[in-house]
Amino acid sequence: MTHQGVATADQTPVTHDRSTTYRIAVGAGFAGDRYEPAEDLARRGDLDALVFECLAERTIALAQQGLRRGTSAGYDPRILRRLRGSLVPVIGSGGLIVTNAGAANPHGAALAVRDLARELGLADLPVAAVTGDDVLDRLVLDDCQVLGTDLTLDRYRGRIVSANAYTGAAGIADAIRAGARIVLAGRTADAALFLGPLAVRFGWDLAAGTDPVANGLLVGHLLECAGQLTGGYFADGPRKTVPDLARLGFPYADVEADGSAVYRKLPGTGGRLDTLTVVEQLLYEIEDPHRYVTPDGVLDLSGVTIDEVGADEITAHGATITSQPEQLKVSVGIDDGFLASAEIVYAGTGCRARAELAARIIAERWAEVHHRPAGELTFDLVGLSSARPFWQPGDGPEPLEVRLRASARTWSRADAAILGEEMEALYTNGPAGGGGVTAQVRETVGVVSTLIPRSLVQTKVEVLA
Amino acid sequence: MTVVTRRLWDIAHARAGDKGDSSILLLRTYPGEDFGTLVAVLTVARVAEHFQVPADAVSITPVPRLSALTLVVRGGLAGGVTRSPRVDPHGKTLSGHLLDLRVPWPVSDRHPDVEAS
Repeated sequence: MTHQGVATADQTPVTHDRSTTYRIAVGAGFAGDRYEPAEDLARRGDLDALVFECLAERTIALAQQGLRRGTSAGYDPRILRRLRGSLVPVIGSGGLIVTNAGAANPHGAALAVRDLARELGLADLPVAAVTGDDVLDRLVLDDCQVLGTDLTLDRYRGRIVSANAYTGAAGIADAIRAGARIVLAGRTADAALFLGPLAVRFGWDLAAGTDPVANGLLVGHLLECAGQLTGGYFADGPRKTVPDLARLGFPYADVEADGSAVYRKLPGTGGRLDTLTVVEQLLYEIEDPHRYVTPDGVLDLSGVTIDEVGADEITAHGATITSQPEQLKVSVGIDDGFLASAEIVYAGTGCRARAELAARIIAERWAEVHHRPAGELTFDLVGLSSARPFWQPGDGPEPLEVRLRASARTWSRADAAILGEEMEALYTNGPAGGGGVTAQVRETVGVVSTLIPRSLVQTKVEVLA
Repeated sequence: MTVVTRRLWDIAHARAGDKGDSSILLLRTYPGEDFGTLVAVLTVARVAEHFQVPADAVSITPVPRLSALTLVVRGGLAGGVTRSPRVDPHGKTLSGHLLDLRVPWPVSDRHPDVEAS
């Protein structure tokens, strides 16, 4: 597979001493991530392990729903495209691959990966599925508090479509010890995808809460969002500049037996790796830096030290584990009806007034013609107030153009579709100069969280022959 | 001691993320900026007003070793990524909003970069 136009000119291989360090890289930070950074790492990174993180909180709920209805395979098919570009070089140089792209069906994903491996000439490659995160049949709804609320899951009885526990690194480590070279997991904590191979390589006891385990989790936490460590999601225009984001290189870590690590990216790739980018990722989505709860330990990140040891080369260490969680977090998917959105654009003098008139017309017809509750509708003016509708900065200059966006939440697809019809009808029945109507309806699955005792979650490993 | 008004954009960099219906943001002062002053002036009340949420929906945790702090704005995402009707259900844009916040900033003598309030 070639990627002309964004291929990296530099083809320098970057070897390391496998007798002392373990090189682990990230090939995807979310299901929609770019493909070629992983191929570059696989080809010239001399990797011991390559990890693809492809499973967001809501993705597994959608995958469970798709699997049950027979509308999807229950796993992310893009993993096959990712592996097609990286499997042969990683396996060929003795490395292994770990991913959570198995989603709701790690077994099905493992079968598909085994077929791909055969096609690529790796006939006897041991591929493992790690399961056991699906706890839907084990939840006692009346006993499970919805985190952040006073409610129990009983509130959602009849609408629950999935329940998956965030499992730790033990299942992945078991699969690797059983001989797997590719591990397909489902709902596993992101950092555990990295901790698993590290624990096997260095013989760490995952239950011990030692500093090597803490720093192994730190490696996973820093790598799991891929390009967000190396300058992605960072450039601000004039001040925080990042070179060559079109060729952003994903990071890897060279880890030693005590968990200390040097983070790098391949020479010739775009991006930057320094204290600024690393601090932003170290604290990314961390509610309390003193207490980051993972299945493999409650992590204190407040003592982490970051040092720039070379160009695009940093070390980070000093994470500690303060306790082991007695309970695991469970993501619960809730059937949530349908969400429609529709847009129309106005330009020139008075464009804002025309967009506001269009909104009033839609609202009037929603109530009077379609007899629907006003509370189902939301309006935003894109270019003025859509990203932060709560904010009232005062009167600004008249905009040059404005796009009205309406959304509606309903329980049936047919009711949701009304919004798009009404928006389209504004072409000939609405204010002057309205154009570019778009409309869509999608089914939504809400996600709430609860806790389950650890003892109720047992991961299982199956290595396909 | 003079107190001037400064934009967070001039003092610190930010990143926004989400968990459920909470926006989770971080701020880190640029080298040469005083982290202690930021912690003192970035009150829960100011952040809550800026995001139009009740004060008890906001928590701020300083990490002095990193010259950084994390902010949690609970209930700020109209239901969160799975069900928000908004243009930006993750609240990824809220780092830009946070950096628009103006704070009083005590300076011991004339500060070259800022206008007096």
